Amino acid sequence: MTEDDAAVEIRSARKEYPSAAGPVRALDDVSLTIRKGEFFTLLGPSGCGKTTLLRLIAGFETPDAGRILLEGRDITDDPPNRRPVNTVFQSYALFPHLSVARNIAFGLEMLGRPAAETRARVAQILRLVRMEEMADRRPDQLSGGQQQRVALARALAPAPRVLLLDEPLSALDLKLRKEMQRELKRLQHETGITFVFVTHDQEEALTMSDRVGVMRGGRLQQVGPPREIYARPVNRFVADFIGETNFLEGVARGGAVHLPAGAALPAPGGAPAEGARITLTVRPEHLRLNAPGAGRLEATVAEIVYFGPAAHCHMKLDDGTPIVARLEEGRMPEPGARVGLDFAPGALQALED
Amino acid sequence: MTAEERRRARQGWLLSAPALALLLAGASGPLLIVVVYAFLEPGEYSGVEWKFSLEAWFRVLFERDIFDGTVRLADAHLSIFWRSVKLSLLTTLLTFVFGLPTAWFIATRPARTRMLWLFLITVPFWTNLLIRTFAIMEVLRNEGILNGALMRLGLISSPIQILYTDVAVLIGMTYVYLPLMALPLYAAIERFDMRMAEAAYDLYASRWQVLRKVVLPIVRPGVVAGSILVFVPSLGAYVTPRVLGGGKNMMIGNFIELQFGAGRNWPLGAALSLILLAMVACALTIYVRAAARAGADG
Ligand SMILES: Nc1ncnc2c1ncn2[C@@H]1O[C@H](COP(=O)(O)OP(=O)(O)OP(=O)(O)O)[C@@H](O)[C@H]1O
Ligand SMILES: [Mg+2]
Repeated sequence: MTEDDAAVEIRSARKEYPSAAGPVRALDDVSLTIRKGEFFTLLGPSGCGKTTLLRLIAGFETPDAGRILLEGRDITDDPPNRRPVNTVFQSYALFPHLSVARNIAFGLEMLGRPAAETRARVAQILRLVRMEEMADRRPDQLSGGQQQRVALARALAPAPRVLLLDEPLSALDLKLRKEMQRELKRLQHETGITFVFVTHDQEEALTMSDRVGVMRGGRLQQVGPPREIYARPVNRFVADFIGETNFLEGVARGGAVHLPAGAALPAPGGAPAEGARITLTVRPEHLRLNAPGAGRLEATVAEIVYFGPAAHCHMKLDDGTPIVARLEEGRMPEPGARVGLDFAPGALQALED
Repeated sequence: MTAEERRRARQGWLLSAPALALLLAGASGPLLIVVVYAFLEPGEYSGVEWKFSLEAWFRVLFERDIFDGTVRLADAHLSIFWRSVKLSLLTTLLTFVFGLPTAWFIATRPARTRMLWLFLITVPFWTNLLIRTFAIMEVLRNEGILNGALMRLGLISSPIQILYTDVAVLIGMTYVYLPLMALPLYAAIERFDMRMAEAAYDLYASRWQVLRKVVLPIVRPGVVAGSILVFVPSLGAYVTPRVLGGGKNMMIGNFIELQFGAGRNWPLGAALSLILLAMVACALTIYVRAAARAGADG
């Protein structure tokens, strides 16, 4: 990647909050480059530091260490009103005393744009988010989804270099949420603005993003396109957090991984050190159910869980290790049945903890 | 109206009856007496003669020369009215200027220490108003603490006359009424969602613009309540202008008191009281209307 490709560059950012029980490290040496025009998603469990990272980029917090660059310019010490970066807040934070149109015009007015230009831009943005009819309403006269659109419009109106979105969809119901996901993608596509999106919903992250950064405990675990993160998680946490997966723990002996259940699986990615403890992972959709004896693993079916287009077959290996296979079609095995499990050699991956 | 609604309505009246009775007897009764007295003739030494007269109302604005009977505008009275309004408006403004940062400071403290700060705001109420006013007098006096300090610092060579001026009255009233502004402001700011301020700051507003364009419009109800609570008693203030303003710099309250005391003109005092009441009512109506309109315009 070249230098001018970077919209936001975070260099070794660290942030601690004081608390009664000593300082809480919200961000621990985070380095990250977000490219121009991309839809970048920060994904991670509650409290992992996603909001903190966003607030650092917006300027509401200053890092204890590290620098933040916007298109190559160091903005670490700039206040929020001097950063061409706008935020869509989780709670929307619309101004209750202003109409929809005045909310959207706010940023442009503060920038001192001519009234005519502001008016034209507000009309354009209202059209973009399909809220033309609501221009004169007050925020409290809007539904949640409409407020969401206004919050988006307000942040987009000044045409920021980067738009920050902190879990903007979490307050919406499922159907509206899906609709807004598409809407967001469309807006990002049409405006070409760099989006930094925060969510703790992995499905949302996978479907919407160009790249995803997975966080845990104030640290970035892995950054990459959704497919890569799903197919090649760097550690157990990422594998577990993104999609569903199976973990098989074993010990390396003679170039193979021996499971407590008795089976030996080929060690992926070269021979491990003799006696090393190894965690293997295989996604449910990569497991095939065979007749007993015909496969790499033997298991007993515990339960079948249907969910629309497919079913999850929950099984147990002989030592009790749970394992799940995704079944698309055909005959489903009965609970209690013995089955053989097979998978393509490439489906198996070794993970660090 | 259903039977249930009728029953509820009756219950409501019954429950509020004691308060209503008290209000009727305590406020309307005396007010009625004042209204009646304002249309009577003054008694020889005090009190009233039971004869209808509009003289009191005439005397509010005009004075008659004792010797030749010519009529002149009573500019002394007018200046008292003007001073009262001016000082009350200034007091309201100053309590707002000092009250806003105070309220903001308290509202942004951690929840545990907030109660302590609020408690400190109420401490002055523990002492009698008169005593507090005399304390201020001690500060402002020519040989007082303020002048003493300024002279010792070499900033002035002779004492500045503050006591017995409008400035002294203003300082006193601002001090006395500050909590009445700070507390409603605090209540409004405490409910203010700080993310609104962040959103404005994010949208290129300077700190000053955040305050003016977002914080103040949203906490407007607190500003309105505080202004009313300060302006109304300021306009009728009695103790503070009496002690700090001396005999000369009267406000309406002192002027009214004068009519019932040394002036021995009860009907004039009653008429002045009614005018004060009307002024308060007018000011409130105009102010609340304007505030509501500003709120509707955004
Ligand atoms: N103002 C604050 N004071 C003290 N600690 C804080 C503050 N803000 C955040 N923290 C702590 O910092 C850590 C990271 O918080 P942050 O809000 O960034 O998490 P998050 O990933 O956004 O979580 P969520 O998904 O729940 O919003 C948490 O442990 C949190 O408790
Ligand atoms: Mg958060």
